[in-house]
Amino acid sequence: MGLNRSGLFFLQVNPILCDGYGHCHELAPELVTLDEWGYPIIDATPRPLSDDNAHQAAIYAERGCPRQALRIRKVQA
Amino acid sequence: MITPHELPRLLAGRGSAAASLREHTSLFPGAMLNDAAQQLESSGLLGRGGAGFATYRKVALIRSQRGSHKVVVVNAMEGEPAAHKDSHLLQSNPHLVLDGAEALAAMIHADRIVVCVARDNIPTINAVQQAIHERQRRSLRAPDLSLVTPPGRYVAGEESALIHWLNDNESLPQFRPEKPHVLKLRRHAVLLDNAETCAHVGLISRYGAQWFRGLGPATHPGSTLVSVSGAVQRAKVLEVANGTSVREILAAAGADPSPQGIVVGGYGGVFLGPEILDLPYAHESFRPYGANVGAGILAPISYGTCGLRETYRVAAWMAHESARQCGPCAFGLPAMAEDLRHIVHATADAALALDRLHARTREIEGRGACRHPDGVVRFIRSALTTFATDVQYHLTNGACAGVRAKGQLIVPTLVNEEELQWD
Repeated sequence: MGLNRSGLFFLQVNPILCDGYGHCHELAPELVTLDEWGYPIIDATPRPLSDDNAHQAAIYAERGCPRQALRIRKVQA
Repeated sequence: MITPHELPRLLAGRGSAAASLREHTSLFPGAMLNDAAQQLESSGLLGRGGAGFATYRKVALIRSQRGSHKVVVVNAMEGEPAAHKDSHLLQSNPHLVLDGAEALAAMIHADRIVVCVARDNIPTINAVQQAIHERQRRSLRAPDLSLVTPPGRYVAGEESALIHWLNDNESLPQFRPEKPHVLKLRRHAVLLDNAETCAHVGLISRYGAQWFRGLGPATHPGSTLVSVSGAVQRAKVLEVANGTSVREILAAAGADPSPQGIVVGGYGGVFLGPEILDLPYAHESFRPYGANVGAGILAPISYGTCGLRETYRVAAWMAHESARQCGPCAFGLPAMAEDLRHIVHATADAALALDRLHARTREIEGRGACRHPDGVVRFIRSALTTFATDVQYHLTNGACAGVRAKGQLIVPTLVNEEELQWD
């Protein structure tokens, strides 16, 4: 569909906006774990955009955050 | 004129009151150099606020920004309880700092200078106000000088918190994922420098880079102000050449000659053992410990006090000073302080608390919007290494005698130190 699937992405949280709802962990368990207070610990190693499962999970987490604290950041490989 | 190898530089001619403009011009005669920016570049001056970033690179970044109403912000907030150097400098010669700020303003073409002093620091506010008053209407082309007094909290001196205060009257750090980040006041680019850095710029733009490099090692040139507190008769601010050994600095301040631990860089710095006494005082000496000279703080503690208890007092206070914006900092720092309390008082939970503490230092690091939690993690981690035998003693034999001794590090009193919980 002409989508550019090259490059890497990672998920980034704005810790000030984050209130620890934990939806991101539910939606993207492979990218986000929670600490003992329910705040996300994000696996910041960039993953390829072609990794559809991870990318889709990241999109769900980004959209599902009640505080809109998550962003998908792209890095040029 | 001061010769290149002479000390003091910044504190030259310090009297009982702040130097007036007339006294200042007789102490530091000579006009500003025309090539001040080039001199600053070749001087290799590193910022004195804690990060140790090359001042010229910051100037070059802001100079390349667009806009004709840029601002120079002088940070003299000094939220560290153990730091007094900026107040000391501004109370001895505020004009030197303002000279440097004006030189920086000329380099980036700024038309405004804002000096920030914590509002509870009344003597410094008076000195700066007097100096600004003396300088008014000297020339139509001089940048506009003003003084602002944000609240004196620890994180209020963090650069994004300071800019947030100037913009929106909220002293809270902000999340800045982009690097390098250009601070903006309204929509004007800001050059933010520590007060001591400005004073050095004031001297460099008068006497040049060669003069500045007459003291200190090539990688960390010049002189610096060090606040010495802890195991001393009286907390002191000294001006020393970079590269002077820690032992000499402590001796000059009249500190305990054989301390059991030394805080380097501040309460977001590191707590190291007596093996650092012979290191030269410069950034690269402390790099193996994951630190640098930070905001110019040396705080030794004597044998007879408990290093772990001192660490706990600092950690508890730092937890209290969190802006409580980010979960890992708001919940993590009090939790770490509580773990330390268990170890210090050797409660039944102490061994578990030590494991928890190690796990939490790994978990919390790098997860705040500013570097406040990272600083606390670094401090606790270095203290656990330095006082490793003390930790074992506490776990096996119970609390040591030093726990009941009077605390030596300067930590403001918490209302209720034993109950540091908000949840």
